[in-house]
Amino acid sequence: MVKEVSPLEIERNVGNFAYPETHTHDAGVGLTEKTIHYISDIKDDPDWVREFRLNAYKTFMSKPMPTHWASKDLEAIVFDNIRYYLSGGTQPKRNWEDVPDDVKRTFERLGIPEQERKFLAGVEAQFDSEAVYSNIKKAVGEQGVIFVGSAEGLKNHPEIFRKWFGKVIPTGDNKFSALNSAVFSGGSFIYVPPGVKVKHPLQAYFRINAENFGQFERTLIICDEGSELTYMEGCTAPKFNTATLHSAVVELVAMKGAKLQYITVQNWSANVFNLVTKRGIAHEDAEVKWIDCNIGSRLTMKYPGVIMKGRRARGEVLSIALAGDGQHQDTGAKMVHAADETTSNIISKSISIGKGRATYRGLVHIPKHLKNCKNNTECDALLINSTSRTDTYPAITVRGTGNSVQHEASVSQVSAEQIFYMQQRGLTEAQAMSLSVNGFVNDLVRQFPMEYSVELKRLIELEMEGSVG
Amino acid sequence: MTNQTAVLDEVMELESPLAHSEPAILSGPPGARGAELPAWFRDQQRTAWATFESLPFPNRKDQPWRFSSVDALDLSRYVPGPRLNETERTKILDHSIALDAVAGRLIFADEQLLRRDPLPEPLLKRGVLLMPLERALLEHEDLFRRHFMAQPATLGSAKFAALHQAWVTSGTFVYVPRGVEVELPIEIFHWLHGENAAVFPHILLIADELSKVTVIEHFRSAHRERAGFACGVNDLVVGQGAKVNYICAQNWNDKVLSIQMNATTVSREASGLSLNVHLGGAYSRFESLSRLTGEGARSDLLAVAVTDGTQEFDARTLQDHISPHTTSDLLYKNALTDRARNTFGGLIRVEPHAHFTDAYQTVRNLLLSDDAEANSMPGLEILADNVKCSHGATSGQINEEEMFYLLARGIPLPVAKQLLVSGFLNEVVDRLDHPAITDLVHGLIEDKFQHRPRE
Repeated sequence: MVKEVSPLEIERNVGNFAYPETHTHDAGVGLTEKTIHYISDIKDDPDWVREFRLNAYKTFMSKPMPTHWASKDLEAIVFDNIRYYLSGGTQPKRNWEDVPDDVKRTFERLGIPEQERKFLAGVEAQFDSEAVYSNIKKAVGEQGVIFVGSAEGLKNHPEIFRKWFGKVIPTGDNKFSALNSAVFSGGSFIYVPPGVKVKHPLQAYFRINAENFGQFERTLIICDEGSELTYMEGCTAPKFNTATLHSAVVELVAMKGAKLQYITVQNWSANVFNLVTKRGIAHEDAEVKWIDCNIGSRLTMKYPGVIMKGRRARGEVLSIALAGDGQHQDTGAKMVHAADETTSNIISKSISIGKGRATYRGLVHIPKHLKNCKNNTECDALLINSTSRTDTYPAITVRGTGNSVQHEASVSQVSAEQIFYMQQRGLTEAQAMSLSVNGFVNDLVRQFPMEYSVELKRLIELEMEGSVG
Repeated sequence: MTNQTAVLDEVMELESPLAHSEPAILSGPPGARGAELPAWFRDQQRTAWATFESLPFPNRKDQPWRFSSVDALDLSRYVPGPRLNETERTKILDHSIALDAVAGRLIFADEQLLRRDPLPEPLLKRGVLLMPLERALLEHEDLFRRHFMAQPATLGSAKFAALHQAWVTSGTFVYVPRGVEVELPIEIFHWLHGENAAVFPHILLIADELSKVTVIEHFRSAHRERAGFACGVNDLVVGQGAKVNYICAQNWNDKVLSIQMNATTVSREASGLSLNVHLGGAYSRFESLSRLTGEGARSDLLAVAVTDGTQEFDARTLQDHISPHTTSDLLYKNALTDRARNTFGGLIRVEPHAHFTDAYQTVRNLLLSDDAEANSMPGLEILADNVKCSHGATSGQINEEEMFYLLARGIPLPVAKQLLVSGFLNEVVDRLDHPAITDLVHGLIEDKFQHRPRE
């Protein structure tokens, strides 16, 4: 957790504060080495972490934007205008009256409790869930599970986390993983000891505070041999945020025979660039499964990956994307087979509404001399309006005679006959449309935990409203 | 790998090595060779040369060149081929018959037109044109200028399209007037002959309304061991209600570097079908742009590639649906063995307002050895609705049960393997409704198997 720093120290580190007395934890605007030192000071980072951040900063500065393949919209990000560290008192204060009506309406329809609404809307910086968190922490702690924040994890448990930190996703993986490595704060570090099966899903939601919903979360989850864990990130409610850049790094490690499932529901407000790097390593007989649902943000670029390092390892990505007006959901999956008899499965469903654009970008790599590797990829896209757009860009490399890969994609729209049929039975066109769309994603939504799938269905209904006619 | 098309090896052994007086193609645009061409054309060539020089060299980090061995594209050694002597001409001409019955035939070697078998009188009377490029640009300047390299190369090879335009001095021009059906195929041969020779094969085919024509182009090497560079363009313009079949039978020797750029424009109710057979080349890249510009247009894009040794085949395609109610169907099949590499990068693009599009894209890779590598990038960009689009890409190997079945019936392994591979590829070749050409292509594929050094 954040350590209080005396005002004196702050003045020494950052001289150009606008309001040093009120913004106790503010790294200012823009990114320089000073910002890195500032964050490291506040977090009381061990020296190696500070070094890690500084190196990452250099990598970030030297890497070009990936606009030769990615959306040109990335050029709209002005790195100099971004605050790289906010905490405590510096969260933007806002009145409930300032929250846009559509966001309020969504809270209403989803049945979000009053207290949470204020937090999600950014009216209150802190969501009081401390009690829930400590209960959970206690319950899993008895099994030996470590469930802490990133800074705490690196400081107090380096023997566990240092080994894998930055190893699944190296700093230089891409420009935004480098950025995260330089300025990360928040996120969860979890260690599950051998053989421990965590019964209930762990939810970041119960650990939330200002920092956890920050822009540069860092999550590292290690499931030791034979253990099992389900982790949930985010929630279905829209998160109203003034920060325009969100860039997380999530690393998963599943040791021999472990099963690790990571569920994300992303619903940032429509001004956010959400550029996230997520990757897992699956050792022998281990399984890493990403369930990824993207509803919000202006531009999301996220391709959860699995490196299948041990024999019979398994990787899976289930992805749902909903792109409305002004949104571009650029999502997909990466499957790197690095051992014999590894199998991977990608199922992606996207819905484009209005002027929305949904993109699937995938990579499947089976290098030479591997035997009996299998990949199955299915991408289905649904177009709702004539202005909607969908793209599919897979890249598949296979070597050798022992492996098989299949990729299929289809694009369709809601059939007029279906709609007609439902209208005949008294549904409005909008209801019929939303029922159809829910049917399209139903087999994936069912894989989500109950409360999520109920909320997701409602959310899709909401997004569909006004898209017809 | 051996290559059956190599016909001049025995002749050449008797001759002294050729002295090359020509400067390398990279040293500048052709000087004296294009002197007889009209000024406007030469101006275009100079502009194209400037474009070639200004464009960057391909980089693997660029999406259009992803997975491609761009290092293979070193052009510094290539020169215009020397003039052929009588013996060489005769020998090449003797081997320049693939189909028995043709409407007309053009034979090129190292950019020199060796022979032209003219069209029969009735077709000439009805206004069908089959002539070398250099004559077309004088006699049919308007038509030629309207269509010559009218579609920019957008699939990665803009630099090589510019190089082609700067250097092209010969090629084929075909024009079929309204309502005329050319029953028999037109056959064209392009031979690489000189050591490190560079050729720039070109065909411009314009099929006017309701006409019908089939063209087959053969690409062959006169020698087994001579390196060469082919940088070709084939542009097909399919008018309203017309039907065009284009077949490319690429069978260079395994030292040749080959880049082929195609642009096909299909108008209302018209149909364009292309079958590309790629067997030869050390590195062979094929770019195909299919533009569907009128309602009811249909484009079939077919290809088979058989690669072995260290051969690399790289195909990039774009099915561009510009008008509503259009159909395109792509089927590419590749059989790879030894250390061969194969890349497919394809895109179906449905432009805004091109509603009611049907577009399909299927790529199948058959891997026959542990070191063969197949890369597939089947893409979709859909900007309209009411479309039916699908793509599929698979990579796999010979079905063990099928193999067992054949072996159990006493068929030796190499034969069984070949049968299964042929069966796999024939699904593509047989989509062409032209028995003589289908037989020819089957024969070429079989030859490639027969002359594999191993097995």
